[in-house]
Amino acid sequence: MSEQAQQTSNSYRSGPDERGHFGIYGGRYVAETLMPLILSVEKAYKDIEDDPSFWSEFYTLARDYIGRPSPLYLAQAMTKHLGGAKIYFKRDELNHTGAHKINNCLGQILLAKRMGKTRIIAETGAGQHGVATATVCALFDMPCTIFMGATDIERQKPNVFRMKLLGADIRAVTSGAGTLKDAMNEALRDWVSHVDDTFYIIGTAAGPHPYPAMVRDFQSVIGNEVREQITEREGRLPDTLIACIGGGSNAIGLFHPFLDDPGVAMIGVEAAGYGLDTGQHAASLSGGKPGVLHGNRTYLLQNEDGQITEAHSISAGLDYPGIGPEHSWLHDSGRVSYAAVTDDEALEAFQLCSKIEGIIPALEPSHALAHVMKIAPDLPADHVLVMNMCGRGDKDIFTVADKLGVTL
Amino acid sequence: MVNRIAQRFADLKAQNRAGLVTFISAGDPDRDTSQAILNDLPENGADFIELGMPFSDPMADGLAIQHASQRALNAHACMTQTLQMAKSFRVNDTKTPLILMGYFNPIYIYGTERFAKEAKESGVDGLIVVDLPPEEDQELTDPMRDAGLDLIRLITPTTDDDRLETILKGAGGFLYYVSITGITGTASANVDQLKPRLDHLRRKTDLPIAIGFGIKTASDAAAMARICDAVVIGSSIVETIGAIHDGSKTVQDVGTQVKALRNAL
Repeated sequence: MSEQAQQTSNSYRSGPDERGHFGIYGGRYVAETLMPLILSVEKAYKDIEDDPSFWSEFYTLARDYIGRPSPLYLAQAMTKHLGGAKIYFKRDELNHTGAHKINNCLGQILLAKRMGKTRIIAETGAGQHGVATATVCALFDMPCTIFMGATDIERQKPNVFRMKLLGADIRAVTSGAGTLKDAMNEALRDWVSHVDDTFYIIGTAAGPHPYPAMVRDFQSVIGNEVREQITEREGRLPDTLIACIGGGSNAIGLFHPFLDDPGVAMIGVEAAGYGLDTGQHAASLSGGKPGVLHGNRTYLLQNEDGQITEAHSISAGLDYPGIGPEHSWLHDSGRVSYAAVTDDEALEAFQLCSKIEGIIPALEPSHALAHVMKIAPDLPADHVLVMNMCGRGDKDIFTVADKLGVTL
Repeated sequence: MVNRIAQRFADLKAQNRAGLVTFISAGDPDRDTSQAILNDLPENGADFIELGMPFSDPMADGLAIQHASQRALNAHACMTQTLQMAKSFRVNDTKTPLILMGYFNPIYIYGTERFAKEAKESGVDGLIVVDLPPEEDQELTDPMRDAGLDLIRLITPTTDDDRLETILKGAGGFLYYVSITGITGTASANVDQLKPRLDHLRRKTDLPIAIGFGIKTASDAAAMARICDAVVIGSSIVETIGAIHDGSKTVQDVGTQVKALRNAL
């Protein structure tokens, strides 16, 4: 890897720089109307970074409301079935609301409160971030508007109903293909129109600076817990970390605390949809190139004219044509390797995990698990592998049933 | 060569009136119709032309311009075509300033140096990039300066004095004052609220000031014209173009609309 790709002080953990850049990635590519607001979010975030009272509130609620720390579980049946590496699941699917998303929502709503904001907006794809946002808004009695693509509303009905129960106002977005990218455009348009009172809780480690760093820091609770838990269990750090990647918040949350430990290998797993060679996938790193969208420079799925193309994945949560900028940088620097898994492979992992571990995984971590299934058999028995089980699959049973030809 | 933008503002000053800036999306609803509309704009009264570079994800635009962008892309608009349209326009018009407006990604993918060079060669005078704040625009400003193109910057109701200083440094052509906190074609701007802001701005800069976003009708335009050097009309024109696409209006209707706007100034 090139020296140039590294940030200052020979560390992979010191980014972004002052202007929010990870190498050439990241930054603040937003309309001028939003710039003062983005700068004020950055200032507020800097203020709480070293404020013990903020983090004390965060960790107390993380414990009592989310249920952290989430367990680190030795998946014995999976380990035995694959016959190679020792496989642990980080059980973030056991969090309140069923995924890692709420870690970030809790952090951001506490920040929004400190900034005196009185209205929350968010985008959602699978609905997990929408549910998590609606949940913390209910907890803190804040009005909440969730932008969701019309296509996603159709395929994620249970989560739409959950959000409504939690008191959120759902706005169906019909532009484009009606998925996550379009929901994010619409949320940004709303934010430009309500700069005074509104805070935008972005759901992944992407968007204009400081969001990629801020979301990463709130999600780093995952990796920090793993570090402590695995040291206790194995007396050492893991050999390999694996996580799925849409925007990449669960992956960066798991990876970031280990980036400066050279013995720890890391693999991010993108969604290959129908296959990378079909053009119908959501693998920005494997099948895209650098560009600028939604406030940051990062790898994007796009055509030769710079028009953003639609992503495809069986998993609504991975169905996004971009990726967080820090992943783009980690990809180019070679510190993290990135793989891709198809819809069918994820579906197979989904079923296997349900049967032999009694854990119905979300389709998102089913991608990570499918990659574990590929590499674990060839690894020695003392190879410690930790996979982030970042969401549970209850929301996906309709999609899976449909794929398997079962009528519910 | 004389800078067309500066020359046009000087002419307007001599005539003691505000200029009309018209926006259309390049290639909307198709290349031939769009070229015909573009070529007729000066004769119908446009003092400046903003030619939109279509983008799949126009985050600062309301529905009217989103649809315009999409119609153009559906008809296979691309950056090469946009530049060719500029070139064709210049065959018969050497005076009307032509400004490209859009988002950064299509420029970045085209290559910033290649873009600046070819835009200049195509007769383009200036550029507005909605999602490129001063903090990020250096990779574009350098090639633009080399090519001799003006980078027109946006000022919004949320811009405070600190940012104003950053924005004015390196701003060229004119200042584009976004009259509302919102997206294009939505809320209406209020002249009484804008006046003190414009007065304040005049004390900080000698650049001409155009006002855009939220100006729809001839009477809106007339009111705005009293406090600024040029008025930008976009969404309401592209709505007419949308109706051409649907078959209920013709290219002549855009001309009639632009004439009415111009007569109001």
